[in-house]
Amino acid sequence: MNEKIQEIIKRDICESYNSNILRKFIDTGLEEIRACINCGTCTGSCPSGRRTALRTRSVIKKALDGDDSVLKDIDIWLCSTCYYCYERCPRNILVTDMVIKLRNIAVEKGYILEKHFNLAYNVFFKTCHAISAKGENNKKWRELRESYKLPSLPPTVHSYPEAVKECQTLMKEVKFKKLLDQIKKKIKK
Amino acid sequence: MNSLSEIQNDNLKYGLFLGCIIPNRYPMIERSIRDVFDELGMKLLDLKGASCCPAPGVFRSFHNLTWLVIAARNISIAEKLGVSPITGCNGCYGTLRDVWYELNHNYKLKKDINKELNKIGKKYTGKYEPKHIVQVLYLDLGLDYLRNYIKYSFSNLKVAVHYGCHIVRPSDKRPWNNEYEYPTFLDEIVELTGANSIEYKDKNLCCGAGGGVRSAINEVAADFTKEKLINIRNAGVDIIITCCPFCQLQFDLGQKDVANLYMDEIKKPFNIPVIYITQLLGLSMGLDPNRLGLIKNHTLKDISPYISYKPFLKLIKEQLI
Repeated sequence: MNEKIQEIIKRDICESYNSNILRKFIDTGLEEIRACINCGTCTGSCPSGRRTALRTRSVIKKALDGDDSVLKDIDIWLCSTCYYCYERCPRNILVTDMVIKLRNIAVEKGYILEKHFNLAYNVFFKTCHAISAKGENNKKWRELRESYKLPSLPPTVHSYPEAVKECQTLMKEVKFKKLLDQIKKKIKK
Repeated sequence: MNSLSEIQNDNLKYGLFLGCIIPNRYPMIERSIRDVFDELGMKLLDLKGASCCPAPGVFRSFHNLTWLVIAARNISIAEKLGVSPITGCNGCYGTLRDVWYELNHNYKLKKDINKELNKIGKKYTGKYEPKHIVQVLYLDLGLDYLRNYIKYSFSNLKVAVHYGCHIVRPSDKRPWNNEYEYPTFLDEIVELTGANSIEYKDKNLCCGAGGGVRSAINEVAADFTKEKLINIRNAGVDIIITCCPFCQLQFDLGQKDVANLYMDEIKKPFNIPVIYITQLLGLSMGLDPNRLGLIKNHTLKDISPYISYKPFLKLIKEQLI
């Protein structure tokens, strides 16, 4: 089969699902999701599903069906990304990567948990660390470093302000900052 | 695997990628990695100006492109020094290694990422493999090499080994021959010290912290940890050994969280010391417990380790000194 025909056939099958989410998966190379036979190995392997309402099979099924509610539910945020579903899927679907992609689509639409947003907006963008040792609140952590005979701040972005600028430039260039600002506006409303 | 002679002829240099939790919350881990690697005759270069990896559970979940470009920048800092970035954190390992794998298998994506990096005067080549410090110990140096440095052995130390997830999974992007269900490399390093790695139920269960679960829904993370801690306690161990600071935090501070949230189920608090692999290995190599961050030299409050090392220090005195 030449490439052109292959593409047409793939698109044809995809159309029958009529799913925007599926379209996004295919555009980012995650089209294997269509191979899902709904066997439930992912759900059976999921340590989060043992204690929460997360049912990975349902999440994948909803994504295939184009059911938007999958983006609004907290379920996709209960995955601890342990990668067991990814490893055990008999159809070689990159299940965990699908969940992460669903989260990306959810955030794009403004669905993000408040604590996650604060971490991204107030810590990661500002300091370029996920956990900071700077500021008055974190004095004890700098002193702890000193007690182990380490410099009070590590030789990371914390010691190089120009490196923070570099990371922030990149985050602006790839439009992450714009996305965060849009969500911020939405939250204010 | 390299032979001993090859290693000795090769002046081994790596770039130490610190990440966030190790330097900013568990500096004793940084101390022990630096000292153990120094003792093993390796040179660790600082990756000046490196940032968050970025954390795969949160920032990758928010915006994949940000994850790719910031990780590529971090790797490029090591590339400029001509070394592999190595990390002591499973999360950083997951990010650096998965991004490295992805960019090396997708030429167009690599080109796009370099277009962005060019704006800050950096370039990603992909020539240097990101590694975990355990990978360096086990695959680059090997057990035979490490054995030469063992000076003291524990006579009866019972250890619960916890691998964590991203050091072995996704297995197609890891160096362990696709072994993801029952890895043994960390147990083998632990047992070099004379300690016994005790089998326990659901040993490879996730600690619960990853995927942004701890940061947003701590009760769920603590529920994972509770299950693991109950299994570990039932097996009867002295300490937990980790190779990831986020797992370490989840077991250490997590024991407090579990006690606060689920006391009715656990009956009494656990109080099991959580020790990082290089802290244990360093002891066996004869390094001063002070240098390994096992001795408290401060009066700071609400600080790591949240579960006291004292019972472990007692065992060191009884068995090693």
